[in-house]
Amino acid sequence: MNSEESNKEKDMSTSSLAGIASNHSTKRAGTNRLGIGLEARGVHAWFGKHHALSNVTLDFAAGTVTALIGPSGCGKSTFIRTLNRMHEFIPTAAMAGEVLLDGRDIYEPGTDVTKIRLKIGMVFQKPNPFPSMTIGENVLSGLRLAQLKNSHKEELMEECLVRAGLWNEVKDRLDAHGGSLSGGQQQRLCIARALAVNPQVLLMDEPCSALDPGSTLRIEETIKELSESMTIIIVTHNMQQAARVSDFTAFFLADGGPGEMIETGPTSQIFSQPRDQRTENYVTGRFG
Amino acid sequence: MSSTVEIAKPSKPWKPSIKERIIDITLLAGAVLTSYAVVGATELKGKLAYFFVFFAALAIFNLIKGTATRDLMIGKDQFFSAVMLLGMTLVLIPTASILFTVIDRGRKGLHSGLLTNDMSLATPSDPIVNGGLAHAIVGTFLLVSVALVFSLPIGILTALYLTEIRGRFTRPIRFLVQAMSGVPSIVAGLFILSAIVYTVTKSYSGVMGSLALTILMIPTIARTAEEVLNLIPNDLREAGVALGGTQWRTVAMVVVPAARSGLITALILGVARIVGETAPILLLTGGGDALNFNPGSGAMGSLPFYIWKSFLLGTEESITRGWAGLLVLLVLVLTLFILARVLGSRRMK
Amino acid sequence: MTDGRANSVIPSPREITTEPRFSDKVFRGVVTAGGLSSLVILGLIAVFLGYQGFEILAREGLSFLTTSEWTVEVDSYGTITNSTFGLAAMLIGTVLCALIAVLVAVPISVASAIFLTFYSPSGLKKFLVSVIDLMAAFPSILFGFWGLFVLMPSAEYWAKLINKYLGFIPIFEVEPRIFTRSPFIAGVVLAIMIIPIVTSISREVFSQTPLDRIQAAYALGATRWNVIRTVAIPYARGGIVGGSMLGLGRAMGETVAVYTVLNIVYQINWQVLFGAGGNVASLILLKFGEAQPYEIKALMAAGLVLFMLTLLVNFIADQIIVRTGSKGR
Repeated sequence: MNSEESNKEKDMSTSSLAGIASNHSTKRAGTNRLGIGLEARGVHAWFGKHHALSNVTLDFAAGTVTALIGPSGCGKSTFIRTLNRMHEFIPTAAMAGEVLLDGRDIYEPGTDVTKIRLKIGMVFQKPNPFPSMTIGENVLSGLRLAQLKNSHKEELMEECLVRAGLWNEVKDRLDAHGGSLSGGQQQRLCIARALAVNPQVLLMDEPCSALDPGSTLRIEETIKELSESMTIIIVTHNMQQAARVSDFTAFFLADGGPGEMIETGPTSQIFSQPRDQRTENYVTGRFG
Repeated sequence: MSSTVEIAKPSKPWKPSIKERIIDITLLAGAVLTSYAVVGATELKGKLAYFFVFFAALAIFNLIKGTATRDLMIGKDQFFSAVMLLGMTLVLIPTASILFTVIDRGRKGLHSGLLTNDMSLATPSDPIVNGGLAHAIVGTFLLVSVALVFSLPIGILTALYLTEIRGRFTRPIRFLVQAMSGVPSIVAGLFILSAIVYTVTKSYSGVMGSLALTILMIPTIARTAEEVLNLIPNDLREAGVALGGTQWRTVAMVVVPAARSGLITALILGVARIVGETAPILLLTGGGDALNFNPGSGAMGSLPFYIWKSFLLGTEESITRGWAGLLVLLVLVLTLFILARVLGSRRMK
Repeated sequence: MTDGRANSVIPSPREITTEPRFSDKVFRGVVTAGGLSSLVILGLIAVFLGYQGFEILAREGLSFLTTSEWTVEVDSYGTITNSTFGLAAMLIGTVLCALIAVLVAVPISVASAIFLTFYSPSGLKKFLVSVIDLMAAFPSILFGFWGLFVLMPSAEYWAKLINKYLGFIPIFEVEPRIFTRSPFIAGVVLAIMIIPIVTSISREVFSQTPLDRIQAAYALGATRWNVIRTVAIPYARGGIVGGSMLGLGRAMGETVAVYTVLNIVYQINWQVLFGAGGNVASLILLKFGEAQPYEIKALMAAGLVLFMLTLLVNFIADQIIVRTGSKGR
């Protein structure tokens, strides 16, 4: 720790972040309805010859919220896409390492990829409800796409919309077009849609970056509620957001080379007493 | 003491001043006068002559004006402005002429029974009211429908390969589609003759004509469908897959419905491409005078054949019928065109 | 918690074996088959036309392309006793009419494209572009009969004018003095038909001229025409050539419009203002009605030649557009 840097603002920002983080109650690891959670071991990622991500090992305990923070271009989004095997859609993509869901490597040959994605869901940066479907159809679209049978579709739709915090606003217009909602509502619709297939893990790639502060807050509330029943991993640019919603935080950085995970720990610790100088520089706003 | 603040008024000092505009109009008038003078004085005749002289005069006047007021470079700039305008006008003149001619000569052939009668009882020199082109319209409709049955799936599948699968055949297929769009219509007709009529069916029919039309339609449908599918943002596909959908389900339930109006546009453009094609019909289908609802056998009329035959018969009445046929065909093409435009603009919801 | 410390050894990438589900495999198969159908169709065209026309091609050999005679002698029973098939006159006619079309269409199209991109106010531009797109949709039979009835008198007049003042140039001689239904008129009609294509492609290429180059030229004090001449035209050159070749291909294969407008006579005619000529496509149409099976084989062979020719032209056009179109210089 550089105690020489007694910059007033720096102290205040660190401590305020830490304050927020400590207000947020830390979950105990392994709230066990959900199995063992997700584990990344030595994950590398390439785009063609470009080595984008290097040796990331992270543990995501069940029922926790983990935030991935770091400046742009440090590989956070790439990393999160290796967790549900979306990374391989880019033709030149390659990876190394393992991603274990409940102890089994999802990259094992012979794995049914589509089943993996049912267990590890994703919400994207830009809300993308399906334009050809109504709100109700959007929520249930995951069932149709994955050919899941469900005899209680109506109840499932309502439950997902409730959990996403959208039910009251759309319950009277479930037949309306998916694109007729505001940005924040669309994103909550996407969350509801992701919930309908009952994932164990929910990946969120900067879900609020395209939204206004009001919607952002509402989604953050949703995240907190959802974390009671699943593991959430959220990539965010917004440190205050990370401090507000997450139990654990991992800091990524690409220092001219591939992105690496520099440090990880309970959120309050990362923001108040980071162990690595680079982490401290980032969370105090010296760069980023 | 408060002073009234004068708010500046927006102005556009770069626009031509009144004086400059007057000079321009004078030049235009001068060019018009010159064209009349030159045409009157020399042996040049005809509307086109007026146009050419007008533009030549306008261009030269512009050159002189520009050089005199500023310098040669500006003069040349003004000169070429007139030349470019001439080019544009030369494109518009035939279009206007065609539209005018068809409407003017075709309307003489319009009558209340035009769309309901056929020609089975009318002779070439019968008055116009005997007979109509119902059989031609029905025939064209049937020919197009049968062609669509083949070309629409193939065209859309081709587009899907290019946008969704993007395998190693992508460049060859794209090139082949382009090559196919250059196949002359008579070659398509000869192909169906040699491949199917002479070898298999040994008879001419509407379906044979449709098959040739299919070949002409596929590139149009494939190209338009590809453009439209490419416009669907990739994150829709990603969202579908992230929900656990297989590729084909994502394409079928998310991508294609999202592209629905665009695919219909592709269909319409494909139809517009072939609705006036004559050569394959002359080779493979021939034509009849009576209503025939069976594309598989029997003489099948069609708009192009009706027009063709009418003009060939040569009597005054049949030539008028021919123009009327062209008018109906033109209206059809125009309708399809406008439909495609409307759908295209509604797509951008 | 663990700390991500970089290993000194970077592992090699894993092989990701995503075995697609059966339904996806079927999907890929069906779509690929559909996509390859264009290959199949084009291949079949060549095969069948070649198969049918083979006999004639074998008999005539290269003279099928180089000599100019199309005769069939029939004895009293109607069987064919002797025949000669040489396509040269029609090949020359094809090229001639198409060249006239391109020579007339390209300057007009390029000028229009320049007007639309650089001169026209945007409201007018939208309208004009729609008009040109509409023109592209007009069926060729329409151009044929319009050309015959409306354009002919006008074109005849201008042909006579050209003959009067430029008649010393061999191709503008007219003997005997028949000016109607000449390759010139056919060429003009073809030009009007291909103007939309060439204009669209030229316009697209012009609109892709890098804005920073244009503005740099203006900033140096260039007039609008200077900018067009020094920046836009060089940039668009490849695309314009490619578009012109596409128009050329279209003009070469046009059947009905040429058949209607041109007086088809089986002799080589370089005098463009003289009313005789033909192209391969219209020849096929002309002869087809009364042809016996043997002659039809010759027509198939002619069709094969036309197919190859247009394929070649389109291929070259495609290459030019691909190599120079969107990249410019």
